[in-house]
Amino acid sequence: MSSWDDEDSAAAAEAAATDVELLKRAWRNEKAAPEILRFDSPLVSRVREQIQLLVRFSLSVFLLDRVPPLHPPPAALDLTGVPSPGVVSFQEETLDDFADSGVDDLVVSLYQMDLDRTLFLLRSYLRLRLQKIDKYTMHISRSDDLLSRLSQQERRFAKSCAEIMEKHLEQSVLSKLPYGYDSVTRQSLSSTEDDTVPEPQLDTFVFCKTKSDVGAFQLDDITSNLTNGNEDVLAIISSTHAWSPSAVILSDRFWSVVTHEEAIGWLDMKPGISTSKLL
Amino acid sequence: MAGQSDPHLSIFSPSEVEFVAEDEIVEIVPNIRMDALNMICGDFGPFFPQIPTKVPLWLAVALKKRSKCTIRTPDWMTVDRLTQVLEAERESPREFQPLPFHYIEISKLLFDHARDDISDAYLVRSLIEDIRDVRFHKVETGLETISGRTHAVKLKNLSAMEVNIVRPFMVRTLQAFYKHDSPQMIQQADNTGSRATPVTDRGPRRDLRRR
Repeated sequence: MSSWDDEDSAAAAEAAATDVELLKRAWRNEKAAPEILRFDSPLVSRVREQIQLLVRFSLSVFLLDRVPPLHPPPAALDLTGVPSPGVVSFQEETLDDFADSGVDDLVVSLYQMDLDRTLFLLRSYLRLRLQKIDKYTMHISRSDDLLSRLSQQERRFAKSCAEIMEKHLEQSVLSKLPYGYDSVTRQSLSSTEDDTVPEPQLDTFVFCKTKSDVGAFQLDDITSNLTNGNEDVLAIISSTHAWSPSAVILSDRFWSVVTHEEAIGWLDMKPGISTSKLL
Repeated sequence: MAGQSDPHLSIFSPSEVEFVAEDEIVEIVPNIRMDALNMICGDFGPFFPQIPTKVPLWLAVALKKRSKCTIRTPDWMTVDRLTQVLEAERESPREFQPLPFHYIEISKLLFDHARDDISDAYLVRSLIEDIRDVRFHKVETGLETISGRTHAVKLKNLSAMEVNIVRPFMVRTLQAFYKHDSPQMIQQADNTGSRATPVTDRGPRRDLRRR
């Protein structure tokens, strides 16, 4: 298709080869982690740009010498939000109009598939985060560190979510409870901490996968090898505890046991694997 | 059940595992001429008839469905290789043989859409099913050995689909053991006292205040 700007698409494509991978990784990490992770906003905006590029290019290619579209072009793509369903269906409609010529038809559908896959990743990633925010609204709103992990729009969402929930609880139940028991965050005035706030369970087990050869590490007295990439999957508890040295080694070949602090401390030190690279 | 983390957030559905697997690269032999595809996920092509090209699996399946190519069977999916793997699996009851991470998904997609491109498809399919059974049986036996002393589990050479099947169960099992068994372990540590680092307090549990 000669109307493609070669340089632009080549450069974009090179960056894209890693961007989709990065997005996939972020999506997997978000799925596996019990708490909300840092929002990678440069990645998300890059991916969004590429989606829009693809939509615009395919439209410009297939609009040449063709019947003008029935709807206004997507110049008004909302750059602050996820591409609205209207944008994608617009592209679908326009692509439907040109579904006659042989190879064009095929190429168009292939690009559409690629677009769909990327959109799925992006949407699922954002939706996962929203679910977590929704679930742990109060907990997130009260912690600056957690709030800093959200994007701007997510922060607005979290804020209004918390407000709505508080208001609802107060109106429906708390205003009718006796004084001393009507706080949203505490059971009663004599609670020492905010104990009605659900928190993600951080000391849960997660599956990790080694991304590169990380060599041997000390497993009490037995040295065990975590070798390259696709060969090892390690399930590790993700909270910090010091375990007894008498942790039982079940087998050093198949099911091996590590003490948590050794594993976590060691994992953080080695290049190519970190505790955030969850499977 | 009390003390369980919400499984819904962390569960990958099989379709999602397949989605990830569809990015694996396979080789195809197109029978049409097509210009290079500059997609968000990478550049592929240009495509010439009878010239083998590498593309992601989803692209290969899409082209195959429209009869625009044939898919070359991956090297590991031959009867010889798979028989070797199966024998090795049967011989070592505690180890998994190295197999491509997404072997289940790749083989399923190829059987569904490109069966005519695989030589001895029937034999290959039954071999792969046997391999899956043997491996999963090992997983089950291994699960029985998890006890309260397990802090982490190392699973060498397990494939994506197999990991995904055991994931919810294993996580909940380990959690349950951790929750119920660990105070005993900490007491044990006090008795043996061989470690320089002291066993620290596990921190406040997030229980509702007892009345």
